[in-house]
Amino acid sequence: MSVDAATVKRIGRLARIRIEEGEVETYRNELNTILGFVEQLGEVDVSGVEPMTSVMPMTLRRREDKVTDGGYPEKIVANAPLTEDNFFMVPKVVE
Amino acid sequence: MTDLTRLTLAAARNGLKARQFTSSELTGAYLNAIEGGNSKLNAYVAVTAEQAQAQAKASDAKLAAGEGGPLEGIPLGIKDLFATKGVHTQAASHILDSFKPEYESSVTSNLWRDGAVMLGKLNMDEFAMGSSNETSYYGPVINPWRADNSNAQLVPGGSSGGSAAAVSAWLCAAATATDTGGSIRQPAALTGTVGIKPTYGRCSRWGVVAFASSLDQAGPIARTVEDAAIMMTSMSGFDPKDSTSVNLAVPDFAAAVERGVKGLVIGIPREYRMDGMPAEIEALWQQGIAWLKAEGATVRDISLPHTKYALPAYYIVAPAEASSNLARYDGVKYGLRDTGKDITDLYELTRADGFGREVKRRIMIGTYVLSAGYYDAYYVQAQKVRTLIKRDFENVFNDGVDAILTPATPSAAFGIGDEDMKADPVKMYLNDVFTVTVNMAGLPGIAVPAGKDGAGLPLGLQLIGKPFDEETLFAAGRVIERSAGIDFSPDKWW
Repeated sequence: MSVDAATVKRIGRLARIRIEEGEVETYRNELNTILGFVEQLGEVDVSGVEPMTSVMPMTLRRREDKVTDGGYPEKIVANAPLTEDNFFMVPKVVE
Repeated sequence: MTDLTRLTLAAARNGLKARQFTSSELTGAYLNAIEGGNSKLNAYVAVTAEQAQAQAKASDAKLAAGEGGPLEGIPLGIKDLFATKGVHTQAASHILDSFKPEYESSVTSNLWRDGAVMLGKLNMDEFAMGSSNETSYYGPVINPWRADNSNAQLVPGGSSGGSAAAVSAWLCAAATATDTGGSIRQPAALTGTVGIKPTYGRCSRWGVVAFASSLDQAGPIARTVEDAAIMMTSMSGFDPKDSTSVNLAVPDFAAAVERGVKGLVIGIPREYRMDGMPAEIEALWQQGIAWLKAEGATVRDISLPHTKYALPAYYIVAPAEASSNLARYDGVKYGLRDTGKDITDLYELTRADGFGREVKRRIMIGTYVLSAGYYDAYYVQAQKVRTLIKRDFENVFNDGVDAILTPATPSAAFGIGDEDMKADPVKMYLNDVFTVTVNMAGLPGIAVPAGKDGAGLPLGLQLIGKPFDEETLFAAGRVIERSAGIDFSPDKWW
């Protein structure tokens, strides 16, 4: 499988990374080099093999479903580039 | 007075306890060394001198009272990937500009609990993505080592290149680091230092900037095996805040260091004998085998048949996890923000501007392999291969192998701005060919300096252990260190 220019732009859109027209060809080449490298996985016989979900045999711990943390919105927004009354500010999204 | 920065962590600890010098003196010596050398080595991206002096003073009060933890008064460097409250934490990325967390990572909390002093934050590849420390927004770290009769600047390896260079160049007593595909062991090998990636789950990931969550593990880089063991004991431990942290007692790792290898079975995997491997790497490997045999270990040829698929599987799994972990950098919650005409524009411009080339490349690959229609062909296939890689190791351990000996890297340190690697990302990725299998299987692995190449540059050997059996790695690693008997001190030029 190899990617074309349209696919590079589509992935950029999905990843929310602006790809300038002049960068498309470089990305296309690099992505195809990497995809060419991983292609060899196709030759491994994986019939009857389960995909790994946890590298150590463990079940996820559970805890009681109750609030254990919080109550400090000013700390949550302390590093935000733009805030107002402890809310994150973004460009208008609803007309 | 002797140069305090040249002491091992263990020796510095003894000196502090015996009141031969104070932590304030030791810390001052390191701060002077950083001031003198960092502009040339670029190992630190932030120095916390005032905080260090305050911590040292507090340690001195405890030491004077005959109190204090196992690392009381010991000055450490912290990789920029660990959240440190109120202090520069940017994963060496532009997108985290000015980020100062409101919380402390669990691993660094453990270190401060045990009395350690923080000198500052260490340079690294951006978001830990790289094998040469050249992807940092803060510029490359320079390896303190140079080839004989050469002034050419070499890379320290990556991603924990700042950690490795700072330890090697006596700019800290030891450092924290992290390893997703080899990021502790490869830079340790390239700088003549000791680095261990513990078993997945041994060190808490809470407060460590996430790259690939199923592979990331914290560990130390230090100047000796014993120092690494002392660091590991403090860094490890169960943490309810990390859902994959394992609830196991932490051994006193330093107590295992002099245990020896008598009676151990050491596996030598034939698949690690790569085509085109330099003769001196092969010779070093044979030397390591001879040393372990001479100390009473049995050496056995083994097979790990899926080895060659570990690196390609890694370059699906790691970018896939990275693409979702790095979705949080959006210009809204923290760090850099570009102005956009709408919210999508703001996201796209901020991320294009804030991430470096290698990070964007990996997010793009990850997004592609997770996208509709490709998920099964790439991601599920890679995770199945990962199951097979882990099974290879389980089989040899079940057959009675206690640890596995391999080279740590395919070469010694290479030059900054290597043209071949710049032109082809896969060439750079091949640096991790011997280390990445360990992450894929969640196992512990240690890199120990064992020899030098023809140009006088350090080379390392790697030992791979059973899950949660880091003690055997410290014991066998110490045998290699002692048998080599080489002083891995670079000639000071900085």
